[in-house]
Amino acid sequence: MASRLDKLTNPATLATESLGRIVRIVPRSRNLESLLLAFALGLNIFELAQIQLSDLAKLRSDIWVYFLPIAVFAVAIHLVLRLKASDADPLMLPVTVTLNGLGVAEIYRLDLASIAAHSTQLFGFKQVIWSCVAMAAAALVIWFVPSHLFLRRFIYISMVVAAALLLSPMLPGIGKSINGARLWIGIGGFTFQPGELAKIALTIFFAGYLVSRRDSLTLVGRKVFGVQLPRARELGPILVVWAASLGVLVLQRDLGTSLLYFGLFLVLIYTATGRSIYVVVGMGMFVTGALVAGRLMTYVSGRINSWLDPFNPVYYNAIGGSYQLAQGNFGLAHGSLLGTGLGGGLPQLVPLAESDFIVSSLGEELGLAGLFAIFLLYLLLVSRGIRIGFTHNDDFSKLLATGLSFVMALQTFIVVGGVTRVVPLTGLTTPFLAAGGSSLVANWIIVALLLRVSDTAGGNTGQVQL
Amino acid sequence: MNRELRRVSLVIMAMFAALFVSSTAIQFGFADSLNNDPRNVRTLYDSYKTKRGAILVQGQPIAQSVQTADAYHWQRKFQGPMYSAVTGFYSNLQGTSGLEQSLNTYLNGQNSSQFFEQLNATLSGNPVSGASVETTINAKVQKVAYDALGNLKGAVVAIEPSTGKILAMVSKPSYDPNLLAVHSNTDAQANYNKLLADPGNPLINRAVTGTLYAPGSVFKIIVASTALANGYKPTDTFPNPAKFLLPGTSTYIYNSGEGKCGGKPRVSIADALRFSCNIPFAQLGLALGQDKIRQQAELFGFGKKVSVPISVTPSTYPSGMDDAQTALSSFGQFDDRVTPMQMAMVSAAIANGGKLMSPTLVNYVQSSTLSILNQTVPSQLATPVTQEVADGVKQMMIGAVSKGVSSNGQIKGVEVAGKTGTAQNGGNLPYTLWFTGFAPANNPKVAVAVVVEDGGGMGQSGFGNLLAAPVARKVMEAVLNK
Repeated sequence: MASRLDKLTNPATLATESLGRIVRIVPRSRNLESLLLAFALGLNIFELAQIQLSDLAKLRSDIWVYFLPIAVFAVAIHLVLRLKASDADPLMLPVTVTLNGLGVAEIYRLDLASIAAHSTQLFGFKQVIWSCVAMAAAALVIWFVPSHLFLRRFIYISMVVAAALLLSPMLPGIGKSINGARLWIGIGGFTFQPGELAKIALTIFFAGYLVSRRDSLTLVGRKVFGVQLPRARELGPILVVWAASLGVLVLQRDLGTSLLYFGLFLVLIYTATGRSIYVVVGMGMFVTGALVAGRLMTYVSGRINSWLDPFNPVYYNAIGGSYQLAQGNFGLAHGSLLGTGLGGGLPQLVPLAESDFIVSSLGEELGLAGLFAIFLLYLLLVSRGIRIGFTHNDDFSKLLATGLSFVMALQTFIVVGGVTRVVPLTGLTTPFLAAGGSSLVANWIIVALLLRVSDTAGGNTGQVQL
Repeated sequence: MNRELRRVSLVIMAMFAALFVSSTAIQFGFADSLNNDPRNVRTLYDSYKTKRGAILVQGQPIAQSVQTADAYHWQRKFQGPMYSAVTGFYSNLQGTSGLEQSLNTYLNGQNSSQFFEQLNATLSGNPVSGASVETTINAKVQKVAYDALGNLKGAVVAIEPSTGKILAMVSKPSYDPNLLAVHSNTDAQANYNKLLADPGNPLINRAVTGTLYAPGSVFKIIVASTALANGYKPTDTFPNPAKFLLPGTSTYIYNSGEGKCGGKPRVSIADALRFSCNIPFAQLGLALGQDKIRQQAELFGFGKKVSVPISVTPSTYPSGMDDAQTALSSFGQFDDRVTPMQMAMVSAAIANGGKLMSPTLVNYVQSSTLSILNQTVPSQLATPVTQEVADGVKQMMIGAVSKGVSSNGQIKGVEVAGKTGTAQNGGNLPYTLWFTGFAPANNPKVAVAVVVEDGGGMGQSGFGNLLAAPVARKVMEAVLNK
C-alpha cells in the first residue's frame, strides 16, 4: 500500500503508469471481446455437434459448413473493431454471435427433420449465407462510418429512404404478399422485407429530427384539466407518424410492424422532450386507430380471437386461425423446464418453426431454462445499447442508441410475446434467431451502429466499462 | 435526458418481465394441461418411446409391452378377454380405458413419484421406463368368475371385506384388448367399429360403469340396515296383505312370485328379508322415510365418487319422491340404480362389522428400478352401520341363504350370508338378476356381487336365485378353496 501511494505521488512514475495504461487498456475491451467470442463460437460448435449426434447419431463433416463461415466473419468484425473502434462495447459482438449461431443451429436442426420427412424446403444453408452477408454489412458499417456524428448529415435522406422502403412492397410488380401481409418485395426468386431496413432509417431520422426540434416540442401549450397539452402545431409530426403507422396496418396488413414504428417514435419523442403527454396522446391515438381497424378488418379481429382463446376448436380449426399458436404453445409445454435437448423435440410440428416460431422451437428443445438464457442475452444486448444512451455526451448519439436498442427490445417483445400470448401474434421476426435475410442484415447493421456509437461513449475514456 | 432513459429502461424491463412470466406460465404453470391436450401429439409420440409398465396379477403380466421393429417401438400385449374389465384397452388410435387409463401416469413413467427415473432419463437421454402395477386380483377367482358367468351378460365383483382388495372383476360380454392395441390404424379402427356395433356392448365395463342396474331386492339390505340403525329389531313385524295399494295411487303391488310371503297376516323384518317380501318392505320404507334411507345409502357409498382407481359411476337413490315412489324404491324398484361394485361394497361393509374399506384394484406400484412407488394400505372409507346393526343384518342374510329364497348361495360346510334380487325393468323387459353376499359368515374372506342382465336369456322367468346365486357361490368357493 505504501509503495503504491509512493508510486502514485511520484510524478515520473505517474507519467509512465498512465502511458502504460493507455497502451495496455486500449485493446483491453477487445481482449475481453475475443475471449467472449471464443466462448460464443465454442458454444455454437457444441450446439451443432449435439444436433448431429442426436439426429444423425454421428458427427458429419458438413458441421463445418454451418460453423466456419460465421466464425470467420465474427473474427473479421472483431478485427475491424480493433482497427476502427477499439473502445467499442466488448459484449455486443459475442452476444450477437451467440444468438445468430444458435438460430443457425436450430434452423439446421429443423432442416434435418425436413430431410427425414423428404421435404426440400431447407433454410439452414441460406441462413448461413445471409449471416455472412449481414456480418459483412456490419463490418462495412463499422469501417466506413467514421464517427457517431457522421449519420447526422443524412437525417432527411434517411426519411426519404425510410419512406421508399416502407412503400416499396406496395409497388405493383415487385411487392409481394406472404401469409396475408404485404411486407415483402421480390425480384426474381429473391425476397426481401424492406421494413426491416426501414426501421434503421427511421431511427436515424427520428433521432436527428427530434434533436433539432426538441426545444419547440418542449414548449407548453394550453392547460386542460391540469394537463399541459403540447401546442397544436407540434402535434403535426406525431400525426404524420400515426397516419403512416396505421397506413402500414391497413395497407400492408401487419400489426407488428405498425406497432414497432409507432412505439419507436413515442419512446424517442419522450426521451427527447421528457414530456409524457406525447406518450399518452400517442398511445391513445394508436389504440383507437387499431381498434377501428380491428372492427373493419377481419384479419385483425381473427388475430385477436386466436390470441385470447387459441385452444377453442372454432379458432383452432379455422383457416389462418390459432392452430400455429396452439401448436407452438404445445411445443413449449413439451419442453417444460429443461427442454428435450437440441434435436430431441418435435419443433417441426409447428408451421414456420424456423422463422416466426423459432422461439417455440428453441423453448421446446432448450426448455424454460434455455428460453430464460436467450431472453437474458437479448436483455444484455439491449441494456448495453441503452447504456450508450446514458453515457454518451452527444444528444443525437444518445437518441440514436436509445432508438436502435429500443427497436430491438420492442421487436423481441412483440414476437416472443406473440408466441407466448402476451400480445396478439404478428408477422415480425425474432432478431438474429429467425430464418430470414432482411432481418439478419438489418439487425446486424443495428449492432454495428451501436458498436460505432459506443466507441465514443462515456467521453472516450478508453476505460473498460462493464 | 437520462431521467427519461431510466424510465425507458424500466419499460424495457417490464416488457422482458412479461416474457419471463408468460413463458414460465406456458412451460411450467400450464404445462400439464397443455401436454394433456389430445391435440398435442408430442405426448403421444413420447409415449411410444417409453417402455410402458406391465399390469400384473400375482406376478404374471396381464398387460405388457414387448419390443417391435416398427415406429411405435413397443407393442402392448394383453392376456385375452378375461381381464378386459381390469386392464381396459390401450390403443394408439382410441386412447385408453380401465387401469391403462387410471394408472397411465405410472405406467408411462410420468408420475411425480417417478422423479428420479425422469431425472435419470433426462440426463442420460434415454426414455423413461414406466412403472408396473401389481393388482389385487386373484387369478384363480378371476377365472372362476369369468367361467361361471359363461355366456350370461353381466358382471361379477369379489372383494376381501377386511382390506377392500378386489379379488375378481369380470364384465361380460368381454373383448380382447389386443384387437385395439394393433398398430395398424385401419385394423384398430375396424376392430373398434366392430366392438362398438356389437349388440352386447363388450366395451362397457358393467362392474363399475355403464347404464347402472335396478337393484331389486338386494336393496332390501340397505333398508333393513336403516331400520336396525333406527331402533327397529329384526323381530318387529309389519302387515303382510296379499296386495298393497300404493299411497295416493290406484296401483297395487304384490309379493314376488318366488317369495313365500303369503301365509301370515304379519311378518317380521327378518322373515321379510329371508323370503324377500315386497309389501312389508314397502311399509318399512314408508315408516322410515326416504331421507333416512338415503342417508344410509350414502353412507354405503351411494352418490359418492369412488375410484378403484378406475372411477366407479355413483349409484343413486332418488330424491323428492312421493309415498308411492318411496314404497317402490324400498324394495329396489322405481329409480334406484346401482353398480355391482356398489352392491359388493354393501355386502363387504356388513361382512366387516359395519366398516367399509376402500375398494381397490392396486396392490402396489413398482418402478422400473424395483422401488415401491405406491403401496396400497387398507383404509376405511366409511362406517355405514354399527357392529350391532351389521351383526343383525348379517343374521338376516344368513337366514335368507340357509332357509330362505337365496338358497342357491349355500356352500357345503360354510355359513353364507346373502341376498338375491330380481329387478323389474318395466313393461315386458327382461328382469335384472342379482346376488350379493359374503362367506364365511362368521369370518368373512370374500364379499361378492353378481348381476345378470336380460333375465339371463329367460326374459321374465329367470330370477336371482336361479342364475346369479350359483355364480356367486362358485366365486366364494374359489376364494375359500372349496
